[in-house]
Amino acid sequence: MKRAPIFGLMAEFDSPTALALAARKAYADGYRRMDAYSPFPIEEVSEAIGHHHSRVPLVVLVGGLLGGIGGYLMQYWISVVNYPINVGGRPLHSWPSFIVVTFEMTILGAAVFAVFGMLALNRLPMPYHPVFNVERFAFASKDRFFLCIQANDPRYDRVQTEKFLQGLNPKQVSEVPH
Amino acid sequence: MSNPQETRTGKAPVLAPGYTFATVGDKISAIVLTRRTTLGWVLGFSVGLLLTMLLLVAVSYLLVKGVGIWGINIPIGWGFAIVNFVWWIGIGHAGTLISAILLLLNQPWRNSINRFAEAMTLFAVMCAGMFPVLHMGRPWLAYWLFPYPNTMQVWPQFRSPLVWDVFAVSTYFTVSLMFWFVGLIPDLGTLRDRSQSRIARAAYGFLAMGWRGSARHWKNYESAYLLLAGLATPLVVSVHTVVSFDFAIAIVPGWHTTIFPPYFVAGAIYSGFAMVLVIAIPIRRFYGLGDMITMRHLENCARIMLVTGLIVAYGYLVEGFMAWYRSDEFDFFMLKNRMLGPYAPLYWLLIFCNIVAPQVLWSRRVRQNVGALFGISIIILIGMWLERFIIVVTSLHRDFLTSSWGMYYPTKWDWFTYVGTIGFFVMAMYLFIRFLPMISIFEMQTLLPQAEVEAKAK
Repeated sequence: MKRAPIFGLMAEFDSPTALALAARKAYADGYRRMDAYSPFPIEEVSEAIGHHHSRVPLVVLVGGLLGGIGGYLMQYWISVVNYPINVGGRPLHSWPSFIVVTFEMTILGAAVFAVFGMLALNRLPMPYHPVFNVERFAFASKDRFFLCIQANDPRYDRVQTEKFLQGLNPKQVSEVPH
Repeated sequence: MSNPQETRTGKAPVLAPGYTFATVGDKISAIVLTRRTTLGWVLGFSVGLLLTMLLLVAVSYLLVKGVGIWGINIPIGWGFAIVNFVWWIGIGHAGTLISAILLLLNQPWRNSINRFAEAMTLFAVMCAGMFPVLHMGRPWLAYWLFPYPNTMQVWPQFRSPLVWDVFAVSTYFTVSLMFWFVGLIPDLGTLRDRSQSRIARAAYGFLAMGWRGSARHWKNYESAYLLLAGLATPLVVSVHTVVSFDFAIAIVPGWHTTIFPPYFVAGAIYSGFAMVLVIAIPIRRFYGLGDMITMRHLENCARIMLVTGLIVAYGYLVEGFMAWYRSDEFDFFMLKNRMLGPYAPLYWLLIFCNIVAPQVLWSRRVRQNVGALFGISIIILIGMWLERFIIVVTSLHRDFLTSSWGMYYPTKWDWFTYVGTIGFFVMAMYLFIRFLPMISIFEMQTLLPQAEVEAKAK
C-alpha cells in the first residue's frame, strides 16, 4: 500500500463543546478514520467519532472467568488429586474452604485482564506516534482539544478536508507529518 | 451530577472557584516540576530515611538471630508482627475505599484525594506485608507460601485461613498497584509534555507509554477504570474479612466470633481515614493546596470516621454481649481479663481513643477545626493499634489452661521494626509527593464547569 505523504490534518479547539461539535460534523460529513484528543475523557466526543462500545468489559469477563475457574481447579487438583491430606476422614473436596481463594483469583484475573487488555486495545505502549510531531500538540494534555482526520480516510483530500476543517471554526489547522 | 463548585447551604466547595483547565494542571504539576525542593521536605524525608535505616538494622539482626529477639513466646506467638500487620493493612483500606467505592457512588469530591490515598494504600500494604514474612522465622523461604511445582512435592493447605490471607493480601497489593498506575498514566503524559528537563521528559515519557489522550483510548480507559473500581470494591471488603478469619476460624476465646469480619472492615476504614487526614492536613498546608483539598474533604473524612467509629463501638458491645450470653466460662473470663487483667490499662486507653474521644466529631466546630481533626486522627490511629494489640495479646496470653498462661512484653527490636516501618511509610510518601502528581490532574479538570459539553453538542 502506498503511504500517504502526511499522516493527516489536525484542527485545534479551545473547549470540549467545540470539539464535540466538530467531531459530530466530521462524522456526519462521512469521515471515519479520525481521532480526537483531549486532556480528560469527554464521553460525547468518543460517541461523536463513532467509538460507541469498548471491548474492555468482555476482556475483563474472560479474565475473571479464567481466574476463578483456574483458581478452583488448582485447589481441587492439589487438595484432591496430587496431594490429598486425610484429616480425620473429612472430605478431600471441601469446597467451602476453597471459596476464598477462588474469589481472590477471580478478582486478580479480571483486574490483570482489565489493565493489560485496556493497554493492548489502545496499542500502548507506543513509543512513537505522528501526532506528537505537531508542536501545538503538547497542549493536548493541558487545555486544548484536537481533532485529527487521517490521510488514509477514503474521503480525505488535502485541499477539501482542510477547507472542511477551517469551516469548523478552529483555532488553527495544521498538517501532521509522519 | 451537581456542580461541584457550587456552595450549598454553606458547605465548602470541592474545588475553589476561578480555576481553568490550565491552572489546575499548572498548580499540581508545578509541585513536581518547577517548585524547588524545600528544606522542610528534606528534613521530613531524612527522618523517614533514618527510620528506614533502623528498620534495616532490625531486620538484619532478625535474620542473624531469629525471632527470639522479639518478645514473642508460647503462648503469645503472634505479638507485634501480627498487630502491626493488621494495623497497616487496615490503614490501606481507606485508599481503596476513596478511589473505588466513592467512584462507583459518584462522589466527585474524591477526585482530589484519591491519588495520594491510593499511594498511602500501596505503602501501607508494603509495610503490612513485611511483618508476616519476617515473622516466619525463615523469611528467605517466603515463596513456599505460593503453590508452585517443587521438588519437595508438597503444596499449600487450602483449608487454612493463613493461605487464604496470602492470596487476599497479594491480590490486594497487585490490584492496588495496577489501579494506582492506571490512574497515573494520563497525568504522566501531562508531566511529559510539561517538563523542561530532558531526564524528566524521558522518565515520564517512558512511564506514560505514549499516552496521547485519544478519544478512543479514553473510552477504553474509562471502561477499564470503572471495572477496576468495581473489582476493587468487593476485594477491599474481602481482604480484611480474610484477615479476621485468621482469628475467627481459631477456637481461642475472644477470636472465635462471627462479628469479626464486619467489625474488622469497619475498623480498617476507621483507621484508614484517620491516616488520610494525617497526610492530607500537612499536605494542603505546606503545598498551599487548600483550594483543592478543601474543608469539605476534611469534614467528609471526619464524618466517615464518626460513622465507622460507631460501628467499631457496636463491635465491642456485641463482643461483650456475646461473651456473656454464650455462657461460656472461658469467653467470659477473657472479657473480664481484658477489662481487669494485667493489660486493662491498655484496654481502657483503647476505649478512650476509639470510642470516647472521637465523639467530639459530632460537633461541627470540631470538624471545621483543622488542628483538632489532626489530633483526633492521631488518637484514632493509636486507638486502632491498641485494639489489634488487645485482640492478639489478651486472647492468647490466658486461654484454656492456667498452666499455659504467660505475659507478652515487646522488646526494643519489636519497637525498632514497628517504628522502622512507619519511617519507610513516611519516606515513600515523601518520594511520591516529590516525583508524582499527588492530585489527579485529569480528574480535577473534569470537576470544572467548563468540562461539561454544552447541550447543543449532545
